[in-house]
Formats: sequence, structure tokens, C-alpha cells
Amino acid sequence: MAEPTPAPTRPRDAAIGTGAGRVLLLVYGIFAVSASARAGVQIATKFSEAPLAFLLSAFAALVYIAATAGLAIGGVRGRLIALTSCSIELVGVLVVGTLSVFDQEAFPDATVWSGYGSGYGYVPLVLPVIGLWWLWRNRPRA
Amino acid sequence: MNGPLSTATIVVALLLGIWYLIRCALDRAPSNADLWAMLGLSALVAVLVLVAVIGLIGGDRPGEWTTFVGYLITTIAFAPVGFYLARLEPTRWGTLILGVACLVLPVLVLRLQQIAEATGG
Repeated sequence: MAEPTPAPTRPRDAAIGTGAGRVLLLVYGIFAVSASARAGVQIATKFSEAPLAFLLSAFAALVYIAATAGLAIGGVRGRLIALTSCSIELVGVLVVGTLSVFDQEAFPDATVWSGYGSGYGYVPLVLPVIGLWWLWRNRPRA
Repeated sequence: MNGPLSTATIVVALLLGIWYLIRCALDRAPSNADLWAMLGLSALVAVLVLVAVIGLIGGDRPGEWTTFVGYLITTIAFAPVGFYLARLEPTRWGTLILGVACLVLPVLVLRLQQIAEATGG
């Protein structure tokens, strides 16, 4: 089948939520939904068991929602939102991952970021790196 | 959760997922056949969810049945969302979207099975 091959160079002004960015949008969307659902259930049913871990779950969910929204909005504002949330996410997964390895008492029930995201195939660890790379690659040139 | 139907869904989703990943690696945008295949998978998933809902109405409720319902809603909406995003992206990345969607679906079905079995129901 003769299909048109995509243009080799991406236009400078292409929206960050298109091309490979749309794949990121889907994956971030999946994490936004699953992290919020998980946090919601944890907080609604057994909040007292591990308040810190569950609040972190909720925070992680908010970060994923922000990243999804940032990619979807695009433009200067969307870029800034996505950049901020990807950075927070990378710091979060590294800090929480390290803490969960050394202090399992505080994290009896897993969050998205526990064990560097091992419960989610380490995607939470890889995703912010890809996100930041994507935003950097599509940075506006002055 | 209906055993053979779940297994069929997982196998079809994985095979389609691998197909899409190969097509993406070959730099192909989703063809009409690719998109129709995704719609077919959506239909298969819809039947699976419908069977599960009938089970729920019939009183066969897992312990964490609210979580179960949440997963059911996510599962039935998932393939159509992938299809919609892939339609918007007529490049190799659209094919990757279909691939990612196909590879996540088996996880959702497996989670549904786990939750359903948690009560021995």
C-alpha cells in the first residue's frame, strides 16, 4: 500500500500535542485516569491506614492530569504546564521511589511512584524523561 | 468474568498490538484496515463488558465491586479513545497510539479478572 510518508522535519510551530506528542497525550491520559481512580479509592476506603502514601497518590494524580492538560492545551501556557508537571513528576518518582525502598513503613500500600513505578512497568520513571525530551526537542526557537 | 471471552480479547489485543508496533516501526500511518481492526477489537471488548455487567445485575458481585465497575467503564471506553486519537494522527504515531492502546487493554482485562476472583465469584 502506498501511503504518504510523513514529512521528515517537523514544523517549528507544530503543536506539542501532535505527532509523537499525541502518543504522550494518550499515555499521560491513561496515568491521569488510573492514578486518580486509585487515589480516590484509597482515600475513600482506607485513608487512615497510610495518609502520607494516599495523599501522595492524589498529588501524583493531579500532576498527571496537569501534564495531560498541558499537552492538550499546547502553546506557551500548555508548554509551561507540561514542563512543570513533567519536572515535578521526575523528581517525585525518584524521591518517592528511593523513600519506598529505604522506608517501607511509610509506604505500606503502593503509590504510582513506589519502587520507581515498578507496579506500572517502570513507565512512571520513563514517562517524564520522554516528556521532557519531547518538550525540549520541540522548544520554541528565538 | 467469562473465561474464554477474556482470553480471546487478550490474545486478539496482543496480536493486534504487535502488528501495530511493527507497522509503526515501518513508518506506516494507520490504514483503513488498521482502524477497522481497532473498531472490531472495541466491539469484542464491548461484548466482554456487557457480559460482566449482566453478571453484576445477576447478583454475581465481586467484593470491591465499585472498583470493578470503574474498571469496566475504563475498559469499554479505552479502545474507542485510542481509535479517536489515531484518527486525528495520520502518521506513524497514530499507529503507535493504536499499538499502545492494544497493549494496555490486556492489563485492564487481567485486572478485571483479578478483582472478580478476589471474592471467589
